[in-house]
Amino acid sequence: MPVTVKEAVRLENVTYAADGQEILKQVTGSFPEGKITTLVGPSGAGKTSLFRLINGLRKTSSGDIYVEDKHIEKYHPVELRRKVGIALQSATMISGSVFDNLTLPLKLQGEELRREKALELLDLVGLKQDILQQNIKDLSGGQRQKLSIARTLVNRPDILLLDEITASLDRVSQQDIEELIVKINEKYGTTMIWITHNLQQAKNLGDYTWVMIAGEVVETGESSLLNDPSNEQVRRFVKGED
Amino acid sequence: MNYLTLSLALIFVLIPLLLSKALKLELEKDTIIAAVRSIIQLLAVGYLLQYVFDAENMLYILLMVVLMIAAATQNARRKGRSIQGITWKLVLTFVVVEVLTQGILLGLSITPPTPQYIIPISGMIIGNSMVLSILFLNRFTSEVEDHEDETELILSLGGTPKQAIHRQLITSIKASTIPTIESQKTIGLVQLPGMMSGQIIAGADPVQAVQFQLLILFLILTTAVVTSILLGYMSYPTLFNERMQLVKNRMKE
Repeated sequence: MPVTVKEAVRLENVTYAADGQEILKQVTGSFPEGKITTLVGPSGAGKTSLFRLINGLRKTSSGDIYVEDKHIEKYHPVELRRKVGIALQSATMISGSVFDNLTLPLKLQGEELRREKALELLDLVGLKQDILQQNIKDLSGGQRQKLSIARTLVNRPDILLLDEITASLDRVSQQDIEELIVKINEKYGTTMIWITHNLQQAKNLGDYTWVMIAGEVVETGESSLLNDPSNEQVRRFVKGED
Repeated sequence: MNYLTLSLALIFVLIPLLLSKALKLELEKDTIIAAVRSIIQLLAVGYLLQYVFDAENMLYILLMVVLMIAAATQNARRKGRSIQGITWKLVLTFVVVEVLTQGILLGLSITPPTPQYIIPISGMIIGNSMVLSILFLNRFTSEVEDHEDETELILSLGGTPKQAIHRQLITSIKASTIPTIESQKTIGLVQLPGMMSGQIIAGADPVQAVQFQLLILFLILTTAVVTSILLGYMSYPTLFNERMQLVKNRMKE
């Protein structure tokens, strides 16, 4: 990574084990501020676990994580989770309307989202404003995913962790989300760390990329590295042999 | 009733035994065990109560209540073994419920401070509290497991553990107390409550028996609600650590 770019997240020898299994092994590296970094690798590489550690939903077994040069344990958990937003492939919703879900982050702070702000967010993520009072059960997969991102944005996170958010979507919805991520990144300067299994997506949209295999970071650099990886394991993964 | 007439009551054990044998239901062993155990257990309790009543010593009453709490805890803790420190949480719940209800009953002179009143009422309170605890723990553990995604969603959006578990907690409290409330709505319409029936059979004035039954019903209502709330609010914090993380292995069976 270029030394001139400020680090949004830095990991130092991070290991994580759960149920007696080592999921992350001595992960060291950083994610540059205001950039889109993609995280690629086969299933079981520990990518989602890494997200849960950065967001503070799980505790590292050893090693240190810094967000904007401050150790994550120095943050209050609530402060950290508002600063580092996370959107998952499952796009979990609470029962109720689109508005109930959008206002959730503020409701947790004892506040309510203004209607105008809610409509603005729907507009930003490319959802029609008239769905605001619609029951979330009536939303399509793509709409839920967009809503999940909009909901995360309510907290105005500096860093956004996106976990396979386009994995189960059709090509059109996938493209919409890709454009949305780039738009948010450009508009707010939000640091994006994006887990994707779509290598084309990683090459086209990511500024940087991390390749993780079996709990280890095997190669990092500009996204173009995926065109010609130097590491043999990465080469095999890119070719689809892994 | 004397022992001769009681022995005639064994006919009601013979009927299911014969039916089980004839239809090859294979219930004979369990039926015999159940019958023998009830005879031994209830006779032992009868003689023990006789002794405690005659002795009129508060220490014996206290000892009986302690034994009831110990037995109820032992029974209920199996359902909540996935929750850290469940034994002491149950003990505390039973003690609070017992002190609260007996405190009101004795403090306001609703019932006299004699073993004849304290022990049976304590048995009903603690027994009911035990059943409620089992119902609550069953529901709560499955709610937490089934809605883990929702819990983590709220945590990830900056919610506190209490906010993250609130829906599951309220659902479990409601689900465990609703049967008690519902059963009280139809009481007397379908069947007469056991205690009231017993008093009437023993020759008590039916209106007096009803008054007593009402007292017990209201006690059970308090017991149900207090048990679920107390146990719920003591249980949920153990599912999270100091970094507000859901600690999965604390919920493992």
